[in-house]
This record gives sequence, structure tokens and C-alpha cells, in this order.
Amino acid sequence: MGAVQARVARPLELPHMPDVAVAASPLLAVRALTFSRDETPIFGPLDFSVDVGEALLVQGDNGAGKTTLLRVLAGLLRADRGEVEVDGRRADAGSRARQIAYLGHLPGLKADLGASQNLEFLAGLHGQRASQPAGLALEVVGLTGFEHAPVRTLSAGQKKRVGLARLWQSPAPLWLLDEPYANLDLEGITLVNRMVEAHLASGGGALLTTHGAYAAPPVRTRMLLLGAAP
Amino acid sequence: MWPAARALVRRDMRLLWARRGDALQPALFALLTVVLFALALGGEARKMAPMASAVLWLAVLLAGLLSLDNLFRSDAEDGSLEQWMLAPVPLWWLVLVRTLVHWLTTAVPVILAAPLLGELLHLPRAQLPVLMVSLLLGTPILSLLGAVVAALTVGMRRAGVLVALLALPLYVPVLVFGAGAVAASAQGLDAVGALLLLGAGLVLALVFAPLAAAAALRIAHN
Repeated sequence: MGAVQARVARPLELPHMPDVAVAASPLLAVRALTFSRDETPIFGPLDFSVDVGEALLVQGDNGAGKTTLLRVLAGLLRADRGEVEVDGRRADAGSRARQIAYLGHLPGLKADLGASQNLEFLAGLHGQRASQPAGLALEVVGLTGFEHAPVRTLSAGQKKRVGLARLWQSPAPLWLLDEPYANLDLEGITLVNRMVEAHLASGGGALLTTHGAYAAPPVRTRMLLLGAAP
Repeated sequence: MWPAARALVRRDMRLLWARRGDALQPALFALLTVVLFALALGGEARKMAPMASAVLWLAVLLAGLLSLDNLFRSDAEDGSLEQWMLAPVPLWWLVLVRTLVHWLTTAVPVILAAPLLGELLHLPRAQLPVLMVSLLLGTPILSLLGAVVAALTVGMRRAGVLVALLALPLYVPVLVFGAGAVAASAQGLDAVGALLLLGAGLVLALVFAPLAAAAALRIAHN
């Protein structure tokens, strides 16, 4: 709670990277995870883990299964085999809903509503207390002045920023970010990096997919390279 | 579960307000259907009175079909459905809330207009209470069955007529008992049996339709 309030008070003023104590069990642990679609193997078996204060950069070519992996981890797709543990316990729908915030390709915003109304709905849907007013989260992502404009009128990059504001509001410790840099300008890329940095510093972890050599967040980063199955 | 439901209802009301022109369409459609029937039947009270309740039932049923295709489609297309699936509340609960809001905003306005529409069709006043009760019990079943069909077709780019073709056969028993209850009371018979069956159907639909629709949405989403 204290960490969240610190974030409220100074949205993007980062505490200088403390050595985050690694918890006994990793935030996310994946064992022998395999997924195939219509008998075609997409990825796996994969073994990896994400600790608190750590980012995992998932790289691979188009079609390598990066998005599919994130959707499996989020619980939108069911894996063929393997285990996913969140915070030391086998992930089920309830624990995923509490622990994971997922930012996908689709923004999940209603075009006719304003950004703050969208955020209000999503926070209510996820049963979160309004620990952060929508206006503040929008300020963090640089959308001050666009709170009430219908999302329809925003650009793709601005919609992405609304999605980032939703993440910022979410209390979930594990972020799953699918191509968070897509559609963003240079300033936006820096914003993503700073948000990930702040999130990790306050005891979270993150998985990011990229298909190229974007500037990675300046944090403890591990790489997972997905390739075409041999 | 309640905060999520409240958030969803608020969102749907705001969306409705943002597109308030569209919101009136089902009621206007029902009105026009009734007017067309009245014109085609020649406006003679003697001829129209026996059919009035059936025409009203059909008008309400068809008006509900209009907006069915969009029940989950826009949410599937913009990714909202993903967020529904990731939420800590069960998907069937959100489906149920969404469907009931759909019923409130499409069927209820038409039901409220039913006394006026009944006058247009020379509906005998004595039949009005039975008609209203049968509509109140029957139309939620239509919305719930429609939700299953809408969920099944959400994966298709444009379902259009297919939604109607799938939903109409499912609507047959509701129409039979709904219009049948009014017809029975017109002949001096007891309508309670048919109304009780409608009530039982409503309970069954409330329990099973959201589960079926949620399962269909998950399948369509993969």
C-alpha cells in the first residue's frame, strides 16, 4: 500500500534502483509449457521464471508465438501441457485476475466513451479500488487534456497510452505487455521504459514482447528467444 | 461481483447515451410493424381484435432481434471481451448483466408502449393485463436465448441474417406460450398455466443461458 501511495504522490519520479530482495518463490514460474494449435506446435516446451524486480524480454520473429505465449500466461488460451505458477502457487482464474495485468494488441476501449470513463469501467470490472484516480493515471502517460474526448478521436499511440494508464492503475504485480512499444513515438517508448522501471522498483515483474531491437528498459532483464520449431 | 456489474451497467448506459439515436430504433421498429399490420388489416376493429395480441408479440420479438447481433460483437472486436475474461468475476455473470441491460433497453420500452400499440390494433382492454404479464415473463427469455446465439456467432465477421435464422426457431416455444396465454384468456380460459410455464422457462433460461453463452464466447475467442 505504501508503495502505491508513493507512486500516487510522485508519478514518475523514480526511486534510485534499490537492490530488490528476491522473494522465496518467483513471481512467475513456467515449467515445460507447450502449446499447439490444430496439431501444429506453436511453442514449447518452455521453462523460465520471472522474479520480483525483473523483466523478461520475449523476442522472436513474427509468428514465433510471442503473443500466444502471453495469452496462455494470461489465461486466455489453455496450454497443452506444462505448469504456470504465479507467486508460488498454481495459477487459476482467480489468482491470475489478482496478480496479472495484461496489455494486448487490442486496446479494449469503447470508442464512444472518454479515456477516463473507459478507465473507470476497467477498474470497476477488475474490482480495484480507485486508489489512483483516472485523471492521475492519464497524467502519468501524458494524456492530460484528453480525459473526456471520445477514444474514437485519439490516435493509435494515444490509445496505447490509455492502455498503459490502465496498467498503472492496476495493483497486479505481474505485467504482461504484448508489443508495448508498437505505435508509440520516442517519448512514448521512454515512457514505457520508465513505467516498467518504476513498476519493478515497487516490487513487480514484467514480461515484454518485442520483435525488434527496441530500447529495453534499464532494469534487470532476461531474454527469452522464441524461434520457429525445428 | 456487484462492483463489476455496476461498472458494466454504468458503461452500457453511457454508451447508450452516446448513441441515443440508435437506442430508440427497436421501439420505433415495433411501432412501425404494428402500424403496417394495422394498415394491411384495413383498420376494422372486428377483424383486428382477435389478432392484436399475436401481432404485438411478433412486433416485440422482431424488435429484439434487431440489436441482437451487436450484443457481444463490438466488445469482441475492440478487445473488451478479453478484459471481461481476465476479470476476477465469472464470465457468465458479465454475460447475464449485459443481457439484462439489453433487455431493459430494447424490450422494456416496447412493453411500456404496448398499451398504446394495443389501442392501435383494437386490442380488447380485458386482454391487456395478461398480455403485459406474458410479455414481461417472455421477453427476458428471448434476450437470454438471443445472447446464446449472439455468442455463438460472435466469431463470424458479419452474422447478419444468420442470427435471426438461428434465434427464431428457439423463440417458437416462447411465442407459443406467450401469445397462447393471451389467446386462452380471450376465449375465457385460464391463462395461468401458460404464464407459469413461461415463468419456469425464464428461470431455466436465467440459469443456463449465461453459462452457455459464456462457453460459446470462450470458444469463439480461441
